[in-house]
Amino acid sequence: MINYIKLIVLGVIAVFALIAANYARDVAYMVHAIIIFLVASGLFLWTLRRTDEPVPAAVAEKSYLDGVVRAGVIATAFWGVVGFLAGTFIATQLAFPALNFDWAHGYMNFGRLRPLHTSAVIFAFGGNALIATSFYVVQRTSAARLWGGNLAWFVFWGYNLFIVLAATGYLLGSTQSKEYAEPEWYIDLWLTIVWLVYLAVFVGTIVKRKEPHIYVANWFYLSFIITVAMLHVFNNLSIPVSIWGSKSVQVFSGVQDAMTQWWYGHNAVGFFLTAGFLGMMYYFVPKQAERPVFSYKLSIVHFWALIFIYIWAGPHHLHYTALPDWASTLGMVFSVILWMPSWGGMINGLMTLSGAWDKLRTDPIMRMLVISVGFYGMSTFEGPMMSIRAVNSLSHYTDWTIGHVHSGALGWNGMITFGALYFLTPKLWNRERLYSLSLVSWHFWLATIGIVLYAASMWVTGIMEGLMWREVDANGFLVNSFADTVSAKFPMYVVRALGGGLYITGALIMCYNLWMTVKRAPAVEASAAAAHATPAE
Amino acid sequence: MGHETYNALRHFADSWGLLAMFVFFVGVIVWAFRPGSRKTHSDVANIPFRHEDKPAQD
Repeated sequence: MINYIKLIVLGVIAVFALIAANYARDVAYMVHAIIIFLVASGLFLWTLRRTDEPVPAAVAEKSYLDGVVRAGVIATAFWGVVGFLAGTFIATQLAFPALNFDWAHGYMNFGRLRPLHTSAVIFAFGGNALIATSFYVVQRTSAARLWGGNLAWFVFWGYNLFIVLAATGYLLGSTQSKEYAEPEWYIDLWLTIVWLVYLAVFVGTIVKRKEPHIYVANWFYLSFIITVAMLHVFNNLSIPVSIWGSKSVQVFSGVQDAMTQWWYGHNAVGFFLTAGFLGMMYYFVPKQAERPVFSYKLSIVHFWALIFIYIWAGPHHLHYTALPDWASTLGMVFSVILWMPSWGGMINGLMTLSGAWDKLRTDPIMRMLVISVGFYGMSTFEGPMMSIRAVNSLSHYTDWTIGHVHSGALGWNGMITFGALYFLTPKLWNRERLYSLSLVSWHFWLATIGIVLYAASMWVTGIMEGLMWREVDANGFLVNSFADTVSAKFPMYVVRALGGGLYITGALIMCYNLWMTVKRAPAVEASAAAAHATPAE
Repeated sequence: MGHETYNALRHFADSWGLLAMFVFFVGVIVWAFRPGSRKTHSDVANIPFRHEDKPAQD
């Protein structure tokens, strides 16, 4: 019966998508309508072939749903490489503008590729990592199979469809010009649906947990899912110009719109890139160190402190703007206070290794997780400092900001995700161990040196251009033109691109290593497997 | 949204709303450090090491 409803819905969507493609007012919308038509009609055929077939007996609640986590691991690695590649390419474009090829103008110039890069690394790489690890972790720490049957698969495919629509939209010029929230209205609506289902699956699993308590990692994941839903809805309140076109108009205007955008933008950092990834930290660091988290009390206190404080930090993006001073002072003060709960998390992660520091010498995965937490500590010190108005007057609009973001993203988010992928792959594919630990060490050093080159060159170029912009001569005239700063930055841009190149080389080595782990590494012995009983699906 | 609604919300936010959040936060900390919480917390902290391979059976 359910299949008949599915067929009707898919059929209606497919027909509507074709009509939309016909009436489309812009290319991006038409391409998206065609993509949606292909997906809907493909699913229609797939469902049709299964309709009225005997249904396999319902899987008992005797195993975890790990297929979707495996898919998530693959998607994370894939989008990671895509995002890093786009980033390294646009970094090279900044150093060598000739790479904005004439023949690809309007598609592959910096302005089009930049949101592709940011969304690919944050939402495609980071988002898939968060969804996959949250599904893995919530099952293990609730001792229960994912709630909702195949809804988890809907979340995975639905989210990746969102990414494909967003990415193709950017290349074709469909954007609402909100940083990290560029996708247009219908993509936003789709993500809202997917995200609410994600919330339902996650909460459903927690509700049917067999452990009396909710483990701290799930608190962080849950806060990430709920807050992102709230941020996404409010920042994307807009009215489409036509249902046959991608353009929409924001409901808020002026400084209210700016404030909503950076309330969203900074909490995308705070809840997507921090709370969610702290959820990862609270599972994978203890697991890899084989000892429980340093202080469970500290985890509770810093969780609530982080939740209560992060949400107010956004106005520091709007110093010296039309935003009232009291609001930007509020954002600045909360950003500085935020240093404490952030370092609470860092200390908790690092001190989990107390008594097991020798693992840093012997276990490259542990090293990856620890340097990730180290970068978290570094960038959560740098961030509050940069939010102070006086510092911000030097750093804002310079490459220092870009360097800060990347020490957080490449160092904290990237490294902890790599650590999680190295942890998960042997478990999910039933392998005794990784294919090669020395390749993990290669990845570790390439990535670390890459980040150091990136961050250091951006500090130099950021502070340099900040100083050049404010330099005045004896008569009060500006000494430098904007173009002077651009040419002065050239060497640092080359170093930055080199750092990106090292980082992506490490990621490619990881992909090879994970692939070979699945193909070549010895399987867990049958007897051991029987003892552990890890049937797929 | 009218100016009065804004003012009402604003006054609520920086009086009762602020107080409620602050009290909640202090309550969380006090609850975390309540007598006897150590045993619970060490039990909860070990959750990741219990059901690695399959769900708990009833």
